[in-house]
Amino acid sequence: MPTDVLAFARDIAAGAVRVIDLTQTLSQDFPIITLPPELGQCAPFRIEEVSRYDERGPAWYWNNISLGEHTGTHFDAPIHWISGKDLPNNAVDTIDVRKFIAPAVVIDCSKECAADPDFALTIPFVEAWEAKHGKIPPGHWVLLRTDWSKQSFTDYANLRDDGAHTPGPEPKVVKWFVEERDVHGFGTETIGTDFGQGHHFNPPFPAHFYMHGKGRFGLQCLTNLDLLPPKGAVIVAAPLKIKQGSGSPLRVLALVSGEK
Amino acid sequence: MTTPLTRPKRKNPLKRTRLPLNPQGVRSRTAHGLTAAAAEGRFALQVCEDCKTVIYPPRDCCPNCLSARLPFRDVPRGGMLVAETTVRTSTDPYFRERTPWRVGSVKLDAGPVIVAHLHGDTVEGARVRLEFKLDKSGAAVALALPEQDTPHMADDPHLREMTCDPKFRRVLITDGRTEVGQAMAKAFSDAGANIVFVGIADQWKPFPGMDKLRQIERVEIVPLDVTDTESVTEQAEQNGSRIDIIVNTAEHVRAGGIVDRHGLTVAREEIDVRYLGLMRLAQAFGPVMRFRGADGVNSAAAFVNLLSVHALMNWPTYGAYSAAEAACLSAAQCMRAELRPGGVKVLNVFFGPLETEWFQTVPPPKVTPAALAKAVVRGLQQGIEDVFVGDIAEDIRARLAVNPKALEREMAG
Repeated sequence: MPTDVLAFARDIAAGAVRVIDLTQTLSQDFPIITLPPELGQCAPFRIEEVSRYDERGPAWYWNNISLGEHTGTHFDAPIHWISGKDLPNNAVDTIDVRKFIAPAVVIDCSKECAADPDFALTIPFVEAWEAKHGKIPPGHWVLLRTDWSKQSFTDYANLRDDGAHTPGPEPKVVKWFVEERDVHGFGTETIGTDFGQGHHFNPPFPAHFYMHGKGRFGLQCLTNLDLLPPKGAVIVAAPLKIKQGSGSPLRVLALVSGEK
Repeated sequence: MTTPLTRPKRKNPLKRTRLPLNPQGVRSRTAHGLTAAAAEGRFALQVCEDCKTVIYPPRDCCPNCLSARLPFRDVPRGGMLVAETTVRTSTDPYFRERTPWRVGSVKLDAGPVIVAHLHGDTVEGARVRLEFKLDKSGAAVALALPEQDTPHMADDPHLREMTCDPKFRRVLITDGRTEVGQAMAKAFSDAGANIVFVGIADQWKPFPGMDKLRQIERVEIVPLDVTDTESVTEQAEQNGSRIDIIVNTAEHVRAGGIVDRHGLTVAREEIDVRYLGLMRLAQAFGPVMRFRGADGVNSAAAFVNLLSVHALMNWPTYGAYSAAEAACLSAAQCMRAELRPGGVKVLNVFFGPLETEWFQTVPPPKVTPAALAKAVVRGLQQGIEDVFVGDIAEDIRARLAVNPKALEREMAG
């Protein structure tokens, strides 16, 4: 019997399927990735009013916006990283659209991160999670709940003399996610999918290197992960169809069964 | 002795703000030779190339020998105040509300007799120093100062009409992340500014010098990002009506040329920070500053542009940077015309390479941020419009005056 999508829509309207917004508001002051100043920089979000019911457009209000592909809550395509540069259909305009809707597991390490901003996710930590919630099924997003989105901007970026100090995965666990658990992608609340000090890992920035090297995706600057169950949420994350885009700001929604 | 200014009382918010008026500012094209001198704080008069007569007022031919070769030359500024009078009323609206106003005739050592505005400490029959100042209309006028400095002489009301002295004024330093911004905050605090607002973008991002900056007396950190229209507008809404001097310290210095740059990302940032940043500040703060040009002791006085001297001639090693600076210079000329009705001056401060990180590989001489800040404050105190700071800036200026084409070729290396 074919799936009844209209029944699904009715469930959303009735609240039987809850829709949770995992997106940060695109605003000028939300922190963006900081690179050494001599390197190319991601453009911050900027907004210029075109008209607001005035002499520039008497009956309408609208803005021009500018931003980078990796500004705000955004999606990383495999082409973003050198390890994924030669994969087929590796850019946001060519990825199979079915991949923009996928289930997720949520690994909660918020307590550990509150105690240590340099918390690194390891295989044993995930195995302990699996002991409680079952093995991560293939084709799932792994979302790392750190509650980092609840921090002040200063603590969120947490830039110190030696760079950013924010939680993230160590290399082994990312490789393991891809090779042993066949994950769909990796999503975080922090500015990037990688550990703040991830440039010191081998390989540097493993979440980018391994995920994109195997054609998997990234989501970052997520919020409201604390509202998701450990298993059972479906993520709708469709990036803008940017020609050969390496990523895109987007609205990320989670669908969760429930009566509330 | 000049009566020292007292810190102005807080303004009664119910009181009408008096509108700015300007003295008559029309001058002949020749007389703008005086404007050029006044803009840089020089004292120059026409000197006949043929008979060496020093001429005032400016003329198109020599009253002694009829020669048309009358270039402006720097001449000694000393003289004697031979006669003085006090104007007690006037049909001119600007002077009408500023009487009594002293004027006098000064016999210059260089020859001519000049009718000049008089500083309060000048005495009839005594020696004076003559200066050309830009008045509120932007035109050059002669002002006689006492030969020796007198106590609080900068507080003289006639003189203060022609300067932008930071004393008791409220200043906005647009970017305090930079060494120049921090040096500027210190210099304005030392110069007696009432409040030194210092803009900081992305406050979540720490920067060197943050703690020291916060410790400077009368510094108030405010959120401000010149690349964000909303941020600039919000800051103007918050504090625009109590900012009397703006020093735009937002900078974007990167080496690289036009051909030899890879892509436009950095060029866009340069234009965004410098040219569009200037425009955002001008649109947000300009109108209220122009409106407040006669708002008492702490009236709006000046907008300060810090410009690379390579705005005047491209330096291909920093070629795209030079081009962005040139755009700012052109914008500043427009702003001058637009702010002049309010008597608000636009100061262009030109400098060569700075002693900062982004000029790391450039050999000396370089301008330290502290020297630049000092020059800005001095320029405001003098009321000049064009300031050249350091050897490189002076050198470029001199070479440009003689042979721009030679300079262009020489800059190419």
